[in-house]
Amino acid sequence: MCNIIGGIYDIMLPMKGYNCVVCIKQVPDTKKVTGQAMKEDGTINRAALPAIFNPEDKNALEAALWVKETYGGTVTVITMGLPAATAILREALMCGADRAVLLTDRKAAGSDTLATSYILSQAVKKFNPDMVFCGRQAIDGDTAQVGPQIGEKLDCAVVTYLEKLEMDGDYAVATRDIGTGIEKCRAKLPALFTVTEKFGELRPFSMHRVMKYKNAEVEAMNCDDIGAEADRCGFAGSPTSVNKIVSVVLAGGDYKEVAPTAEGITSLVDELVKDHTIG
Amino acid sequence: MSNFYKDNKDIEKTIDALGLEEVATLLEEDFKYSKEYDFAPKDAADAIDNYKRALDVCGDICGNRIEPTAEETDKVGNILEEDGSVTYTPGIKLAMDLLGRSGLMGTTLPYYLGGLNMPCTILTALNDIVSRADASLMNMFGLQGIAETINAFASEEIKKEYVPRLATGELTGAMVLTEPDAGSDLQSVKTSAYQDENGNWFVNGVKRFITNGCGEVLLVLARTEPEFSDGRGLSCLLVEKCPQVKIRRLEHKLGINGSPTCEMVFDNAPAKLVGQRKRGLITYVMALMNGARVGISAQGTGIGEACYRAARDYAASRKQFGVTIDNFPALRDLLSTMSVELQASRALAYYSSKCVDLEAGLTRKFESLKGTPEAAGVRARMKAYALFNKMLTPMAKYYASEMSMRAANGAVAVLGGSGFMKDYPVERYLRDSRITTIYEGTSQLQVIAAIAGVMGGLVKDVLADIIAGVEMDDELKAKFAEVTALEEELASAVEFVKNHPSGKDYHDLHARELVDAAIAAVCGALLVRISSKFPEKKPVVNHFIAKEFPKVRGDLAKAKSGYMASVELFDELAPIAESLD
Repeated sequence: MCNIIGGIYDIMLPMKGYNCVVCIKQVPDTKKVTGQAMKEDGTINRAALPAIFNPEDKNALEAALWVKETYGGTVTVITMGLPAATAILREALMCGADRAVLLTDRKAAGSDTLATSYILSQAVKKFNPDMVFCGRQAIDGDTAQVGPQIGEKLDCAVVTYLEKLEMDGDYAVATRDIGTGIEKCRAKLPALFTVTEKFGELRPFSMHRVMKYKNAEVEAMNCDDIGAEADRCGFAGSPTSVNKIVSVVLAGGDYKEVAPTAEGITSLVDELVKDHTIG
Repeated sequence: MSNFYKDNKDIEKTIDALGLEEVATLLEEDFKYSKEYDFAPKDAADAIDNYKRALDVCGDICGNRIEPTAEETDKVGNILEEDGSVTYTPGIKLAMDLLGRSGLMGTTLPYYLGGLNMPCTILTALNDIVSRADASLMNMFGLQGIAETINAFASEEIKKEYVPRLATGELTGAMVLTEPDAGSDLQSVKTSAYQDENGNWFVNGVKRFITNGCGEVLLVLARTEPEFSDGRGLSCLLVEKCPQVKIRRLEHKLGINGSPTCEMVFDNAPAKLVGQRKRGLITYVMALMNGARVGISAQGTGIGEACYRAARDYAASRKQFGVTIDNFPALRDLLSTMSVELQASRALAYYSSKCVDLEAGLTRKFESLKGTPEAAGVRARMKAYALFNKMLTPMAKYYASEMSMRAANGAVAVLGGSGFMKDYPVERYLRDSRITTIYEGTSQLQVIAAIAGVMGGLVKDVLADIIAGVEMDDELKAKFAEVTALEEELASAVEFVKNHPSGKDYHDLHARELVDAAIAAVCGALLVRISSKFPEKKPVVNHFIAKEFPKVRGDLAKAKSGYMASVELFDELAPIAESLD
C-alpha cells in the first residue's frame, strides 16, 4: 500500500490497495437526436442513434483508474445490457480496467431504476469492492437514481456528485459539488460514489491495451450467476410503468412583455410562483 | 467532438493506396512477436488495423483535447523560472501527458523497450494529425527521435535505462546540436567532451536553439577528438538533466511557441558515450536528421491541413456582394490549389516514409538471411530504397514545408482583414509555418541533398516503384504518360546542366529548378496511384498536372537557358545597400 495520510489506517489496509468496481452503461448518443430518433410507438429508435459510453460513466471510470494509479488496487467494470454493450467494456479495458463483466439476461429486460440497481448491486457484491463508482446519471434517462439505489442496497456510504478524491486509510476524503459550492466529507469504506464531469476526463486509450483487447471476448454473467431473484428483475421487478413518451418540440409561441420596472418584475415572479415554475 | 483522423479521410486513403502490407511483415519479422507479446499482431491485416487504431487514438486526443488549447499555448508560451527550470504551457503539459499515456511516444520503438513497433509511415501520419492541432506540439512529439537514436546506436544498458521511460513519456529528450557558430554547418561544433582517468565523460560548452533543452535526456554532439577540427572529431554523448546543465534563456520566437527553445550551458556535465567515438555527426546525427526531416514533412502537411480547413470554412460562410466568397473563380482556384498541393504533400511525405520503412525492414531481413540464396535479392532492394531515401526525404521536407507557407499565406488571403487579426488562427499558422523551411536543414540544403539523386537519374526508378502493380484505366494511363513525359524533359535538362561549361556554379544555381520538376513528377505519379484506388481523386491528379507541370516546365526552361547572371553579375544585381553613416 502506498503512503496514505492517515496514520493508523495505513496498517489496517491490505497491501493490495483499493478494489474498485465501476458501473457503466451504453446509451444512445442523445446529442445526435434527429427526426428519426423516436419510433412511432414512442420508444427510442436505437438504429438511428449511435450507442456510446455514457459520458459521466467515463468520469467514474477515470476516478477508479486514478485510485488504482495513485494507491494501487484493481478496477473491475460491469455493465448491464445487450451483448453490443461489449464495445464499452472493451473501451474500459483499453483505458486500463483489469476486468470487465457483461451482465446480460432476458430476465433483465424492461428494468426500471429499482430493478437495475438491484441487479447491479447483486453483481457488485460478487466482487466485494472497497469502492464503487457510477456516473452521476445517464444521458438517456437522466434520473441519477441508479447509483444511490445501488449504495442503499449495498448498505454502504454514498457520496454523490464527486469531483475530487483523496484516500485516508479506509476512509475516502471526497469533495462533492453541491450546486452552490463544494462540500468536503469523509466516508468510511466500502463506499459508493457518483461522479460528475468535474472529476476530470477519462484518460486516453493505451495503444498496447487497444492492440490486446480490440477483439477481446468479455466475461458474461446472467441473473442466476449473481443470485438475483427473478421477481426483482426486469418488468417483474419494475414498479415504474411508462404511460406515454412524447416528442416535445420546443417552438416560439406566446410571449408577454414585462416592463423593466419593480412592479413588472414582481408580477412576473408572482406569476412564475403561481404556475410552479419557481418556488 | 472532433477526431482529426476520422474527419480526414485523405490520411486513410493515402495509407491504403500506398499499401503497408510488406512494411508490416518486415517490421513484425513475419509476425514472430505475436508468440511473445499478447498484443502483437498476427498478420498484416491485424497490424494495419492496429496502425489505424493508433491514428484514431491520436486523432481523438488531438481533435478533442489539444486543438482547443493551441491558441492559449501560442499566447502564453513556456516560462523560464528563476531557478532555471522550465514550466511548460498547460496545453503542452496536458498533451504530453495524454500522448505519453496512450503509448504513442514510443510509436516506432521495439516491443521489448515498451514501444509499439509501428512504421515510420504511421509516425508521419501521427505527426500530420498532431501538427494540425498544434504545430508546436509536433516538436515535442517528434522528440521520440531521441529514443530512436538511442535504440539504434547506444549500448543495451543505456537503451534499457532510458528508452522505456521515453516511450511512456515519463522522460522527454532533446537533440543538442546547434551552437552560436554551428547551425547548418555542424562540423564546426565547439562544445567539447573529455574523459577523466576513470573513464568518465564530461561535457563543456554552450548550445543554442535547442528544442526542449529542458528535457531529462540530452543527446549532445560534442568534440571528443580535439585533433580533428571537422566532423570526424565529433561524438554523441548522453547527458542527464543535472545541476551542471543550465538553461540560460528561452528564445522569443515568431511561432511554435509551445515548444521551448533553449540556450544552455554545459559546465562539466557528466555524460555517457553513445555508440562509438567519432561517429557522432557522420553516422548518428545524420540518421537522426533524416528522421527529423521526415517529421517536418509531416509537420508542414499538418499545418497545411489546418490552413486549408480554416480557409475553406471561411470561404463557405463569408458573404460579399450577396454571395459567399467561394463563388468567385479566383478564390475557387486558390482553394483548389491549396487542397491539391496539400494532398500531394501528404502523398510524398507518406511515400518517402514508406521507403524509409522498407530500407530499415529490408536491412534487418538481409542481416537474417546472410549466406542464403535470397540474400542478394533483398540486398539489392535494400540498396535501392537507401538511394531513394537520400533523395526523397529532403524532397518531402522541402515540398511540405514550402507548401505549408503557401497554404498559410493563402489562408490569410482568403480571410482577408480577418486573417490578419489575432481573432482567427490563420495568423498563427502563418507564423508557425515559417520555421518549417528553416530547421532540420533549410530549403536550400534540402535541394542540395536531393539534387544528387535527380542528377543521377533516380526519378525514373522512383516512378517505376510508385506505379508498380497499379492498375490504371485509360484516363489514368494518359495522366501517367504526362508524368513520364515530364521526367524525360527533366532528364534532358539534367544533361544540359551536367554539361554546362560553368560546372558547379551553374549546377548549384539551377538545382532548385531541377528538384522542383522532379518533385512534380513524383507527386504526379503518387496521385495517379492514389486515384487508381480511389477514383474520386481523379480531379486532384488532373488539377495537379494542369497547374504544376506548366510551372515546372518553365523552371526546366530556365535551367536550360544558360542564364547565370545572378552569379556572374551579383555585385551589379545585388549591390550592398549604401549607408550615409
